[in-house]
Amino acid sequence: MTKVFIYPTNSLILSDLIERFGHTPLAVMGEIHDKITTIGIDSPPLNITPEDPKHGLKYAAVEVPAGVRGRMSLIGPLIDEAEAAIIVDDAAISFGCMGCARTNELTKFLTRDKGIPVLELVYPYSDAEGKEFVYKISEFLDSLPKEDRS
Amino acid sequence: MGAHEDGTLTKLVVISSDSVLPIDAALEIYESETNITIKETCFGTMVTGPEDVVNRVVKEVVKLDKNHIFVKERGFPPGDDRRCRAGRGGGPRPGFHFLRNEIGMLPIIGKALDDYDNNVPLEKVVRPEKLKVSHLKDIIESEITR
Repeated sequence: MTKVFIYPTNSLILSDLIERFGHTPLAVMGEIHDKITTIGIDSPPLNITPEDPKHGLKYAAVEVPAGVRGRMSLIGPLIDEAEAAIIVDDAAISFGCMGCARTNELTKFLTRDKGIPVLELVYPYSDAEGKEFVYKISEFLDSLPKEDRS
Repeated sequence: MGAHEDGTLTKLVVISSDSVLPIDAALEIYESETNITIKETCFGTMVTGPEDVVNRVVKEVVKLDKNHIFVKERGFPPGDDRRCRAGRGGGPRPGFHFLRNEIGMLPIIGKALDDYDNNVPLEKVVRPEKLKVSHLKDIIESEITR
């Protein structure tokens, strides 16, 4: 199974399709789960702590806003771990809970820069587009190695 | 998704099916295991418990209508004080807008998965072209001179 990073990082559709076609999705939900269940100074543990912008320094410079660095402390390790990626652009939901255009830009840049296989798509809004979306994802995932590397 | 240190897992089961209702999925889960917590929601169910049990139960639920039931992991367990609306004075929980947006696309994805299973060939998709600047200028000028 290949570890496939997804963007938007908490997408239901991408996460489901990757598992359905036999690979492992790298989504931010897993990172959040680990953070909020690990006992630390905060009680209950928080999903973002004042320490996180410091961890984010690995991915963004010190003059970059703390919000970007804090988010990158969650997303960055996923990109490091990724063996392939699917990026879906043009999502109306890129703001809202994901919240930060600069983080989104940096995430996409780091993914493309890593040199792993990347599939770039846009969200479907009609049946024909939906079919193309699913077929392209399945074709891309079929081209990735399925045996367990660990 | 990799195994978590605490051994628990929360999964969101989103139902976009004409034949399966969230209550059907919940009943399927109740019948199969007692060691997990389930919360029924408007879009499906949330299942939380030991990782292997949750994975097994969710697989059973997806079998009810495999191309129209979608699953993703959730970071927070259901009813968690940090996310639950009951303790935050109402309003949608963080992340719901995104989920709702994607739920709107699930019928399209479900139909595409049906076609994929039936080996329906892919047709060329024609997307509307972007408006040319010259054409936009013509429209503006025609409006001004009217």
